[in-house]
Amino acid sequence: MSTSTTDPVTMAAQSAPASEDPALRAARRERRMRILMPCIALLAALGLWEFLVRYNEIPHYLIPAPSLIAKTLWTDGPSLLSSAWFTVKLTLLSLGLAIIGGVALGMVFALSRTIEMSLFPFAVILQVTPVVAIAPLILIYVDSTFAALLICAWIVAFFPILSNTAIGMRSADHNLRDLFTLYGATKWQRLRYLLIPSALPYFMAALKIAGGLALIGAVVAEFVAGTAGQNTGLASRILESSFRNEIPRMFAALLLVSMLGIAIFLATSWLSRAVLGHWHESEIKRQG
Amino acid sequence: MPLDTTAKSPVQGAAQIEMSHVFKRFDNGTLALQDMDLTIRQGEFVSLLGPSGCGKSTALRMISGLLAPSSGQITVNGHAPGKGVQGGDVSFVFQEPTLMPWATVFDNVYLPLKLRGLSRKQAEAQVTEALEMVGLAKFGGSYPRELSGGMKMRVSIARAMVTRPKLLLMDEPFAALDEMTRFKLNNDVLNLWRRNGLTVIFVTHSVFESVYLSSRVVVMAPRPGRVVHDMALPDATTRDAHYRTTPEYAETCRLVSDALEGTMDDVDLNH
Ligand SMILES: Nc1ncnc2c1ncn2[C@@H]1O[C@H](COP(=O)(O)OP(=O)(O)O)[C@@H](O)[C@H]1O
Ligand SMILES: [Mg+2]
Repeated sequence: MSTSTTDPVTMAAQSAPASEDPALRAARRERRMRILMPCIALLAALGLWEFLVRYNEIPHYLIPAPSLIAKTLWTDGPSLLSSAWFTVKLTLLSLGLAIIGGVALGMVFALSRTIEMSLFPFAVILQVTPVVAIAPLILIYVDSTFAALLICAWIVAFFPILSNTAIGMRSADHNLRDLFTLYGATKWQRLRYLLIPSALPYFMAALKIAGGLALIGAVVAEFVAGTAGQNTGLASRILESSFRNEIPRMFAALLLVSMLGIAIFLATSWLSRAVLGHWHESEIKRQG
Repeated sequence: MPLDTTAKSPVQGAAQIEMSHVFKRFDNGTLALQDMDLTIRQGEFVSLLGPSGCGKSTALRMISGLLAPSSGQITVNGHAPGKGVQGGDVSFVFQEPTLMPWATVFDNVYLPLKLRGLSRKQAEAQVTEALEMVGLAKFGGSYPRELSGGMKMRVSIARAMVTRPKLLLMDEPFAALDEMTRFKLNNDVLNLWRRNGLTVIFVTHSVFESVYLSSRVVVMAPRPGRVVHDMALPDATTRDAHYRTTPEYAETCRLVSDALEGTMDDVDLNH
């Protein structure tokens, strides 16, 4: 009995990788590549940058090497981080208020055509007027700089949420509406079980846009405000460094701004997938 | 001669639906229904048969209370349409399954009971029973997108049956399905009708489907939408798949077909 010498446990262990579903392995490989490839590309770009700056001996006040930016980020870290925290607060607060205002008004719009007709022009005016053009006025009329910045960022983020919520609530399937009528649904039930779920995909799409816009609004408003306030955000750090010709610090602050943008993008994308992933076409992963 | 186009239906229950001199003109001027008179008794299986645009859906929507007639009277179970007990004892099955894509099969079927204020726990037995009725007991946790067209339609039927309605209104429910699935669902609906003592109004443009299912076929014609024939069919309670191959079925189909043909003279093909 030669086979009796083979331990069944080691046999199972040996055959496990071979018997693994190749499709599953391919999927895992694909997932790893999706993270790995951008990282490699990014590192290569940074390496090239570093090399070109050193090779051509470009002075750091023109284009700093990545290593210098990293060093600046480290030495100026505490003060830059407190500025970043200011911008984060501004962005998230304005986004939160834009969600509350946009959703509330969007629902009212969806439920009443009259109110929509009367108020929609105001929303459009707010949307089409560039925020840089309104910001100086707001800064004059509003005492608190933070509140003024908040209003600017809010204006930018508000509109996509408003319009998508209103469209989304109207997009509810007509037969389903009839069904709710047949079963004598109350206004509240119709809102809760039909209109809100129907609007969710539209809202999520708006949230992804509004997240980025809130950051843009916060940065732009701060540029307009200049370095007036004491507790200032990343935008005024960029301005300030530019006056002092501290280019590495500008890059470091810029890096933090874009990392913030990426974080917001990832968070809203993740949320959208978490909420819609099990049913909506936009987030379903198709097999094959 | 099994057919008598003037005879009353063989079922002699109480009148459940009365339509008298019903007209419907839409705001754009279309006369969708002209002077419709129809009495349907409890337990009948009535098909509304006719080419597209002859007002079948309009008639059904008025019976359900979703649409008000321009003039004339409709009563359902002695009430104005849609004004019965909350949600009525009337159920509607649309041409599309009309399921909520964000909800599981169970939650879709639970919906009518949820709207009546029943908790999930209170409703569970009833929902499960309705799912068993259509053979989908194992699929309660699936989402609609994971089901085939026929299964989605079954969920839609289960949702209609979960309230134990007295009257089931179906608007071309199987028109979008393949023939084999349609035959299967035809049998399912016949079984539901027989077992539950339902009254069914079934809108279709298929002669074969109407003859297979109904105890009575109401033939309609377009422009303006109106009833042109009202035909009682031979005993509908004992039919099974075998019935489709009998000469009796073929003969009835021919008669209904001829009646329908007569309405088509003025149909304009550019429609
Ligand atoms: N909401 C509406 N507004 C205007 N015309 C309509 C409306 N609904 C249906 N119609 C018209 O009424 C006629 C009958 O429609 P319908 O009842 O849907 O016919 P069927 O279901 O038999 O195909 C058609 O000419 C159609 O165009
Ligand atoms: Mg129709």
